[in-house]
Amino acid sequence: MTALSPAPHKMSARGVSVFYGDKQAVKDVSIDVDMDKVTAFIGPSGCGKSTFLRTFNRMNDTIASARVTGEITLDGADIYADDMDVVQLRARVGMVFQKPNPFPKSIFENVAYGPRIHGLAASKSDLEAIVERSLKRAGLWEEVKDRLSDSGTALSGGQQQRLCIARAIAVDPEVILMDEPASALDPIATAKIEELIHELRGRYAIVIVTHNMQQAARVSQRTAFFHLGQLVEYGETDNLFTAPREERTKDYITGRYG
Amino acid sequence: MASGHEHTVKAFDQDISQLRALISQMGGLAEQAIYDAMKALQRGDLALAKTVRKKDKQIDAIEAELEKLIVRVIALRAPMADDLREVIAALKIAAVIERIGDYAKNIAKRVPMIHAEGEERIEAISILPAMGQLAADMVHDALDAFSARDAQAAADVHASDNALDDFYDSIFRTLVTFMVENPRTISQVAHLLFVAKNLERIGDHATNVAEMVYFAATGHYLADGEAGESSGS
Repeated sequence: MTALSPAPHKMSARGVSVFYGDKQAVKDVSIDVDMDKVTAFIGPSGCGKSTFLRTFNRMNDTIASARVTGEITLDGADIYADDMDVVQLRARVGMVFQKPNPFPKSIFENVAYGPRIHGLAASKSDLEAIVERSLKRAGLWEEVKDRLSDSGTALSGGQQQRLCIARAIAVDPEVILMDEPASALDPIATAKIEELIHELRGRYAIVIVTHNMQQAARVSQRTAFFHLGQLVEYGETDNLFTAPREERTKDYITGRYG
Repeated sequence: MASGHEHTVKAFDQDISQLRALISQMGGLAEQAIYDAMKALQRGDLALAKTVRKKDKQIDAIEAELEKLIVRVIALRAPMADDLREVIAALKIAAVIERIGDYAKNIAKRVPMIHAEGEERIEAISILPAMGQLAADMVHDALDAFSARDAQAAADVHASDNALDDFYDSIFRTLVTFMVENPRTISQVAHLLFVAKNLERIGDHATNVAEMVYFAATGHYLADGEAGESSGS
């Protein structure tokens, strides 16, 4: 790679298809994800966007009937290669789900669990520092610093989701995948998550799946529109929402789809 | 740019058609105001001039109604893509049409001063109607382009502004010559200069409408000179 070539993509998908048994859920999708950009995946329910997102850290491995073809690389390395350590991969490519799913443990343990099993902390004070830093980055520290031993499940929905983000951040990932991270939250908690995405941008490559188009428009720099398993359009968010190139994209984002 | 498909939310379609109807109604009134103001000027028809001035209130009222509608559409529907562009264009076009109406009203206001009692009809008036016609046509064509979502028609209107500017320059020189040759008419001809200037401004505003129509239809800005010159004028 010469000095003149653009920065290599953090993750790249090339000709990726996903099958559930005989049914093809994702059809030959190629896309690049970059470090300093938030990428949003939008599309109607069942369009394959979440399925596709889950190929980025091999979450589909857990579904017996799922089969992935094509190539996905992280820093140029094929993540479906035989020698890829999936546990390591998921530490590097973290995930946040629609429904906040904290462990039924203390707030502290929720965040400390990952760094501990990955051996990221040499001492107790190291671990405490990681927990504090992660909670701070997730914008939750001020709200929970005096009750770290309370159960994570006792927090409000929005706080639980930020706890899950803190948990994902704690293992020092490079990419964070968010699958509808705010759709179960009220508008204030949603705004906090969106603000957090802004703050995390640049430190991590972020990919977010959302049903809320205004949210995609607000938080992302690039947007991909999926329909019936195909990637219909992928481009700068500003252009996609003001002047989409494809008729299908336009019909969807203007509320004419269906 | 109008999608063939309807919105899932029917009320959104109703809002959009109401918005289009208001714009064309407002545009029609502004166009009529220009024709009538020029007719009143030519014929010295003071009653018609008064009607033009009165009717301007209707234009203002529609603008206010449009503004309310657009604020509501943005707040409730959060329009995207071509809908967003159309709503934004409509908001700007409404403000521009209101200004066009004001210029027509201003022309009408000058009619009694130009045709003051005891003053003889001055010859110079005869050179203005052609310019008035061109300005009114530009407004008409720009609004037609909006109704048809026709980017090319918008670009053509944009290009024709040069012709109107040339017209203004030539009329300006002619009117100055009139003043020099017949100083008794200076105050009347000075009013005509303002009339010509108003028509020139109307043309500029029609050009702005055309730019907004082009943006609404294509999502791109009509770069100065670009599409305008290619289509010739």
